[in-house]
Amino acid sequence: MTDVLERKACLTGVGQSQVGRRLMRDPLELTLDACIAAIEDAGLTLDDIDGLSTYPGGVDLSPGFSGAGIIQVQDALRLELNWFTGGVEMPGQLGSVINACMAVATGLARHVLCFRSIWESTAQGTGGRGGFGVGNGGDGGPPRVGEEMQWTIPFRAYSPANWIGLFAQRHFHEFGTTREQMAQIPLNARKNAQLNPKAIYRDPLTMDDYLASRLISTPFCLYDCDVPVDGATAVIVSHADAAKDCRKPLLQVEAVGSALRGRPSWYLFDDLTTMAMRDAGKMLWERTDLMPADIDVAELYDGFSFLTMSWLEALGFCGKGESGPFIEGGQRIARDGELPLNTDGGQLSAGRLHGYGFLHEACVQLWGEGGERQVPGDPAVAVAAAGGGTQAGCLLLTRG
Amino acid sequence: MSEKPFRVLPELTETTRHFWEGGREGELRFPRCQECGTWVHPPTPICPGCLSKDLAVEAVSGTATVLTFTLNHQHWVPSPDHPYAIAIVELDEQEGLRLTTNVVNCAAEDVRIGMRVQVVFDQYEDVWIPLFQPVEGS
Ligand SMILES: [Zn+2]
Repeated sequence: MTDVLERKACLTGVGQSQVGRRLMRDPLELTLDACIAAIEDAGLTLDDIDGLSTYPGGVDLSPGFSGAGIIQVQDALRLELNWFTGGVEMPGQLGSVINACMAVATGLARHVLCFRSIWESTAQGTGGRGGFGVGNGGDGGPPRVGEEMQWTIPFRAYSPANWIGLFAQRHFHEFGTTREQMAQIPLNARKNAQLNPKAIYRDPLTMDDYLASRLISTPFCLYDCDVPVDGATAVIVSHADAAKDCRKPLLQVEAVGSALRGRPSWYLFDDLTTMAMRDAGKMLWERTDLMPADIDVAELYDGFSFLTMSWLEALGFCGKGESGPFIEGGQRIARDGELPLNTDGGQLSAGRLHGYGFLHEACVQLWGEGGERQVPGDPAVAVAAAGGGTQAGCLLLTRG
Repeated sequence: MSEKPFRVLPELTETTRHFWEGGREGELRFPRCQECGTWVHPPTPICPGCLSKDLAVEAVSGTATVLTFTLNHQHWVPSPDHPYAIAIVELDEQEGLRLTTNVVNCAAEDVRIGMRVQVVFDQYEDVWIPLFQPVEGS
């Protein structure tokens, strides 16, 4: 096996701001709340932080997509950095954490503060989530689209609900997957969210509610789409040697997956029943002797319910095309099932913290801090995965 | 279609003009490698098959197969024709030569994976949008 450098990295602290709908709070303040909480959680001080990493950086790709970039956070906390990076072209949102693992492994930094901040609920206003490219062009209509967007937007495919719906429909066609099977992802998320005091939606959700809800883009209905929120999440990545000074049991990064071997496109990926997670998931298992059966808890991206199913297949929890039968009935993925999944309610019910929520929850579970939603049996191995579509990344964590 | 739905239009650039204006002559056009014959989409300065820079725009037949589709119900913009069908189609000329498009001139509910379709164009200002309709008798 190749030298698995990420094993020199540990997660030593996590932090999260207030999370909610239309908080109308300064997104930088939310970001700093999460960052300071993570540093304190690790038992570190600002002086210990010498690295900073984020996704997507200070760019305005869509309303509220970025609450803060590197520059604002470094300056607000007066950090003295040896290494930093922020950007959107990486293996999904958790690519920024994978970058941090490599920075500590190669000696560029000892303690890296990683964050993801989002304020889409406030930024989108009361009109809710819009489509891409529709814009606000005034009397002249929206501006024309260029680059990659020109190959989807003029065909009225304004939303990831459309782009990912296309994948889901192909999966349904090839493997006989059903909406009743897919429903188990949001139903399971809601059950878990009922035990998470910070979750946005905590009312019971039934199969009847799911099947009666309005369609967005087939096969997706409203409950297959995550809920935009305001909130920020931060994690500390430390070198294993430096991590010994930290307060909590070390969570070692056992392996990461960052691959992208197909075309980076919503419609040109070779296999239309999966996406970039196929490659990231495969790579993860190429870097460890652990097996899918060793996983105690799985936190898998659910921006759309189908993405979680695709991650289940990509990570080998079931065979290709078998995620429908795998989750059918919901018992297997329940909090007390053989593979507890999205134990905080995920983005579907707890809120769209955009990737970092899954890593945060994996750490919470491994530290036994889940409170009412804590998975029984003292979980010691977790996988966190984010993205899908054209970019994806995942991390395998073990408690030392 | 009784009335054209609203569309956000593409910018026309020197590398994409052939695609968006081809419909004026009823042609769906892509760059094609003159060395190895590979069709290239989206346009790039080199052939991904052989790295040749000798690319020239040529027309394809316009027949394709629906690889997948989704029926869009959400009103991202106001429009009278919901749901409408968004599809990924593969042109007959080459595996992987695909477009995201709309299947038109049939009920959205009748769109199927594997359906044979043929390009038609809908003009908006200086742009000809390539859409696809079922091939007769398929
Ligand atoms: Zn060539």
